[in-house]
Amino acid sequence: MKTIASVALAVFRESVRDRVFYNLVLFAVLLVGASILIGQLTAGQDVKIIKDVGLAATSLFGLFIAIFVGINLVSKEVERRSVYPLFAKPIRRSEFIVGKYLGLLLTLLANMVVMAVALYAVLFFLSRGVPANIQSAWDAPALDPALLKAIALIYVDLALVTAIAVLFSTYSSPMLSAVFTIGIYVAGQFNTDLRRFDQIVSSPAAAAIGRVCYYVLPDFSRFDVKLAVVHGIPVPAAYVLAAAAYAAIYIAALLFGATVIFSRRDFK
Amino acid sequence: MAMLAIRTRDLTKDFPVGFWRPRPYRALDRLTLDVAQGEVFGFLGPNGAGKTTTLKLLMQLVFPSSGEAEILGRPLGDLGVRRRTGYLPENPYFYDHLTAEELLDYYGRLFGMAAADRRKRAASALDRLGVGAERRLQLRKFSKGMLQRVGLAQAVFNEPDVLFLDEPMSGLDPLGRRDVRALMLELRDQGRTIFFSSHILSDAEALCSQVAIVAKGRLAAAGRLADMREFAVHGWELVMAGVPAAALDRVRQRARRVLTIAGDRYAIELASDGRPEEMLRELTATGATLVSLNPLRETLEDVFVKRVEEMGEGARG
Repeated sequence: MKTIASVALAVFRESVRDRVFYNLVLFAVLLVGASILIGQLTAGQDVKIIKDVGLAATSLFGLFIAIFVGINLVSKEVERRSVYPLFAKPIRRSEFIVGKYLGLLLTLLANMVVMAVALYAVLFFLSRGVPANIQSAWDAPALDPALLKAIALIYVDLALVTAIAVLFSTYSSPMLSAVFTIGIYVAGQFNTDLRRFDQIVSSPAAAAIGRVCYYVLPDFSRFDVKLAVVHGIPVPAAYVLAAAAYAAIYIAALLFGATVIFSRRDFK
Repeated sequence: MAMLAIRTRDLTKDFPVGFWRPRPYRALDRLTLDVAQGEVFGFLGPNGAGKTTTLKLLMQLVFPSSGEAEILGRPLGDLGVRRRTGYLPENPYFYDHLTAEELLDYYGRLFGMAAADRRKRAASALDRLGVGAERRLQLRKFSKGMLQRVGLAQAVFNEPDVLFLDEPMSGLDPLGRRDVRALMLELRDQGRTIFFSSHILSDAEALCSQVAIVAKGRLAAAGRLADMREFAVHGWELVMAGVPAAALDRVRQRARRVLTIAGDRYAIELASDGRPEEMLRELTATGATLVSLNPLRETLEDVFVKRVEEMGEGARG
């Protein structure tokens, strides 16, 4: 356990030194810029738009980190041969994989926390001074705690993307890993469509392939409650937990696969 | 019988070569080796002989195609044994963004060392290897020689019983080589086993009690360097300055060959039974001065070539 924590902390430190957190500056600029711009527009709509922009940006920035840091996590160490001295130490390859994964989750968490705080801060300043009767007409209050549910599910979504990236990076080049990970992420957005594939295509073979893909690919649309939250549609806690559990099962399977592949790999 | 530090039996590694219909390439062919504890063992061979592959197999960076190996009586991959071993890879590479101190701290955590212990050991290993104030610089700013020193520091800082060094002298200047030799002898005196690969004979001569020579993935010879026929002295080269012309004729009669280096400086080659002491005494009596006296023997390269030729095509398809 200590070994895994050591690897995870090393990943976190590397992210800090590699200036991964610079994205936060861009995020803040984007958010503040958007709010000033939108402030010129109709009152009442602006809070909703800021929530929209904020959540979308949180998701997108997180996705960039998950994919582009994730695909390099393992492959970079193999490529540069820093695994040689490392694996001569008392560490299992499985501990390495899990530690790397958790380290990136920690980096993502720190990122998300800062972005969430920034989003709430902007919303606070925007809603300040708006009369109570107008505020009560909004779909949801400006500092809606439900936003946290959306952010939590974005984090779950990113955790799953990271696991996919790590799996690919155990045996593939960073370039291919990125392509595969993005491919699965995009395909996973349309997972529900795959389920109804037989109603769209006439070929039974194509329908069968669609069905297999539906069962194998993770359903990423489950983690997207941004629209519901922005419009004040309640998201039950049970839904959030079920989605998290769904992701956890996928993540466990992906990391298990990554460990099996990596543990047998020759470092030439 | 005392426990061996390293024991391999028919250790073999094939790498698939080619993408379409890959065929196995045998990098190491049935290596059987015993290394006793407390030995400085030279694992010698030309480039591509299988030295690095052997070390990687022992470190479980690659897995054997067949055969087996043990370190300190335990099978490879035993985490307990890894606490008692150290490894310097060939041209080591670490993490760009870490400083030398942080690197050792990271590795120290993996060994389960307490914070104070990590600091102490890291400082003493870096001191020992001559890494000074640079230890607070990120490793991407390090030269090849400095990285090699850091690599040695991380290999020894857990005070290993068995040390595996892949080309430990590579990338080092003469001063660095001297430091590393001194370190290896010091570790030997502490009773530690050192298994190191090299393609340089003089390193082995200066350090090893035992050697193994590999060529084309096969063990070509193993034993004490002094016992190996090929490395026996087959002549002497005496370089003298200020040799008077009169003396030179006498010298020519007894020498295998006399080369004029410059002016009155000559390189005199004698047979192995040519008694260089006598020649030296006679020439110094004529007023000549000694520049150098060296034994002539085949270089490791010559022996490699010979062994490889002996193995011939018949043995390998």
